[in-house]
Amino acid sequence: MGKRVGIIGVGQTHHAAKRLDASGVELIAEAVSRALDDAQLTMADIDAIVVGNMDHFENINYVDMWAVDGLGACMKPVFKVTTGGTTGTTVGACGYYHVASGLFDVVLAVGWEKNSESDTQAAITTCANPTLERDPFAGAIGPLATEYSMYMKAYGATEEDSARVAARDRNNALNNPYAHSRQAVTMEDVLNSPMLSYPVKFLDMCPRSDGSCAVIFAVEEKAKKLCPRPAWVHTSVVRHDYTHFGDLEWQFMPTLERASAQAYKLAGITNPLKEFDVAELYIPCSTCGVKWMDSLWFCDHGGAPKLIRKGTFEMNGQLPINPSGGVIATNPIGATGLIRVGEAAWQIMGKAGARQVKGAKKALCTGFGGCSWTDLMILGADLP
Amino acid sequence: MEKVAIIGVGQTKYDRNSPLTFAELVFEATSKAIEDAGISKDDVDNIVSVSSDFWDGRTISSMAICDASNAFGKDITTVEGDGTFGALYGMMRILSGSFGVTIVCAHHKGTESSMNGITNCSFDPLVERKLGIDAVSSAAMQARRYMNKYGLLEEQFALVSVKNHGNAMRNPLALLPMEITVDDVMNSRKVADPLKVLDCSPVTDGACTIILAAERQAKKLTTNKKRVWMKGVGHCSDAFRLGDRDLADTRALKDAAKRAYAMAGIDDPRSDICFAEVYDAFSYMEPLWLEGLGICDDGMGCEYLERGYFDAGGKLPVNVSGGRLSANPVQAAGLYAMAECVLQLRGEAGKRQLKGVDTALVHGINGMCGQSHCVWVLGK
Amino acid sequence: MPGWKDEVEVIIHEGKISVPYSWTVGSTLSRFYCELRDNGKIWGNRCPGCGKVFVPPKIKCIDCYEDLYDWVELPGTGTVETYTVVRYEEPVLHPRKAPFAYGVINMDGADTGMVHFIGDVDPEKVKVGMRVEAVFEDEREGNILDIKHFRPLE
Repeated sequence: MGKRVGIIGVGQTHHAAKRLDASGVELIAEAVSRALDDAQLTMADIDAIVVGNMDHFENINYVDMWAVDGLGACMKPVFKVTTGGTTGTTVGACGYYHVASGLFDVVLAVGWEKNSESDTQAAITTCANPTLERDPFAGAIGPLATEYSMYMKAYGATEEDSARVAARDRNNALNNPYAHSRQAVTMEDVLNSPMLSYPVKFLDMCPRSDGSCAVIFAVEEKAKKLCPRPAWVHTSVVRHDYTHFGDLEWQFMPTLERASAQAYKLAGITNPLKEFDVAELYIPCSTCGVKWMDSLWFCDHGGAPKLIRKGTFEMNGQLPINPSGGVIATNPIGATGLIRVGEAAWQIMGKAGARQVKGAKKALCTGFGGCSWTDLMILGADLP
Repeated sequence: MEKVAIIGVGQTKYDRNSPLTFAELVFEATSKAIEDAGISKDDVDNIVSVSSDFWDGRTISSMAICDASNAFGKDITTVEGDGTFGALYGMMRILSGSFGVTIVCAHHKGTESSMNGITNCSFDPLVERKLGIDAVSSAAMQARRYMNKYGLLEEQFALVSVKNHGNAMRNPLALLPMEITVDDVMNSRKVADPLKVLDCSPVTDGACTIILAAERQAKKLTTNKKRVWMKGVGHCSDAFRLGDRDLADTRALKDAAKRAYAMAGIDDPRSDICFAEVYDAFSYMEPLWLEGLGICDDGMGCEYLERGYFDAGGKLPVNVSGGRLSANPVQAAGLYAMAECVLQLRGEAGKRQLKGVDTALVHGINGMCGQSHCVWVLGK
Repeated sequence: MPGWKDEVEVIIHEGKISVPYSWTVGSTLSRFYCELRDNGKIWGNRCPGCGKVFVPPKIKCIDCYEDLYDWVELPGTGTVETYTVVRYEEPVLHPRKAPFAYGVINMDGADTGMVHFIGDVDPEKVKVGMRVEAVFEDEREGNILDIKHFRPLE
């Protein structure tokens, strides 16, 4: 059977709107060096490497080949995985499977993006089917805005509810030295920010960033020797069910619902709101931070606004979400999902500094992207 | 290590200007593979797709084929590189214990885009890309280095084209079956010295799907005849810039091959391997990679070619499918090579069937001038 | 296969992806290009661990993964390790008209080669082992084409 796997080191760059001082390879090297330091390892200890980003953002083909210098991949096994916005979590899952397979003991997983190098919206529209959906497709914001409008109408959720989520994530980021956007905001600031696409406003939405994240996975025997408190991987589940935006069911978040149901089953979780101590979720827009809570089985459909208004997901609430500031504060797309995994791992390892949730023993991380896809990983302080 | 088997293969015809979309190609190859394995689509629990945003002209290229690859309600991921790496990830996912049956599907429509433009994009935009270099001009420099290091001749490389296009005459799926001579190759239009048109693989459209299963599932779902075991695998990358390495030094390939042979319990590939499918994107690559794979000493590949060692009727047949020289669906090329070996090992290779074979070697490359390699040993 | 597919008209949609890019060269290559642009000089850097000298300069040694901070000025001469004569036209990609020669030039003072054009010589006369030197453009912008090509040493 497979091996049990722990995360023993994480490294991130200081994410920013534009890292003019560093090329993509330099960004990668920064994150990788920090991850090696965090795990107290050298490149010689790494058995294999996996990397991911979204090609069209930097226009570099075969990035795993191009980035060899920064990845430390010369004369090592390496390949690339990529799945749009979920790339970061896909990279994390790949690092996990490398080790769980028993073929490699210590594996480096790297996600990165230099979104400043291109026109993000122009690059992203190429994901849509060129003969069917590309011309009318409205970019990332339109669909998310539409889905929340439906939710508001169906269940009485409000713009204040999503503004509360935006303020939460943005204020949490003040404790995260790596976050791109670190500004104190109130709910009023969010509600008064420029409207992008009703009801989504400027401060509701994630930025695009330059940044990289590296996570080191190790097999049980080595993880125990090398790390005082590894973050053990309990499960990884992925649902990329849709090919065309027109096929989606918009009343709830179908892939999130299906993926989380499966993951909870595999990890023996019956009451996720109670059993998780912390969650790092891929919430690209604050409206998702309201609606998608239903689809994580924290409550029935329509129950999320009540939880939000009670402060359930604040740092001092029952289940803190995004102590790092989440995607709304930092979004180097190929790394964003992996940052969720890295931040959740640091929570378990007790290394999350000013944003540490005390005694965190079980963490949920998600990735989102593509055609409303979901990647999900559960980490724990105890072996699975 | 638990055993993993390939239980089904499906391929489209390798063509040019295919009127099918990516999704239709993947659907065809995947449906054929499921039928070949004799399983139901619900027996599959995860998918590894192999595709490229660049070649597809779509970012999140896997999105185009989610439905076609049987991914609804299942776990899916995408490797961007050659199919041999996708197969490796598919195997890892099974060995992890999380999955039992993996579809690995790769697609490529070379004729929908500009090969030179796309391969130029694999060069560093910060340095070499501005020079206009691409897959062909860089390969030409590797060929020249190889020739110079060992005193080889273009006529010797031409033997590979003659052999492989000739082999393709017995492969109904290949794009370019041709009976040609060394003179035909030498007289074909010069592209970038020393490469001529007939030294280069063709721009191709096609898809290939293989289905992997854990031993317990393989035994439950299929018969012994269908199962081919994945005995060993290794992968390794060399440096990126062309000037960072000796282009005729196959050290990364040797590393990958060593790993694969060790896993498969192979002490001497020359006697233990019965036949091979290697990534002959250009004619000179076949002998170069065979040296890196340990099938012959460094610099000896061309001599073995001249002796007929690698002919279909030779001691160790190489690329009886026709090789990538006869059809090169880039990302799918490595899976195409694996599929051929599976068919041979099962005794289902029709007119090109090799007799009494039980162990195959598959080789795939990623990056320019074979920067990265993935080596497989398959057996019955 | 149902027969209707053979009779349906095959429609093709033409498209082009137009995404403008601006790449950050980064600290290491910026220094390399500033020297090229401002002083017409080629610099590499050396690994403090194994002593290998890289050109174009690297951020980390590919063997040791150590940071590189020792900069080395190179003479700009080298030996052709390999080359090709390109005979096809790619007007969008190629800065020169075919036939022209590319080469990998093993740079004196370094352990790596640089890829560039070989010029000021009939492409048919380029040989492995030729000694060459970098020729710089008069107007330079801070990229690899500030070197016009490498030409045979007299």
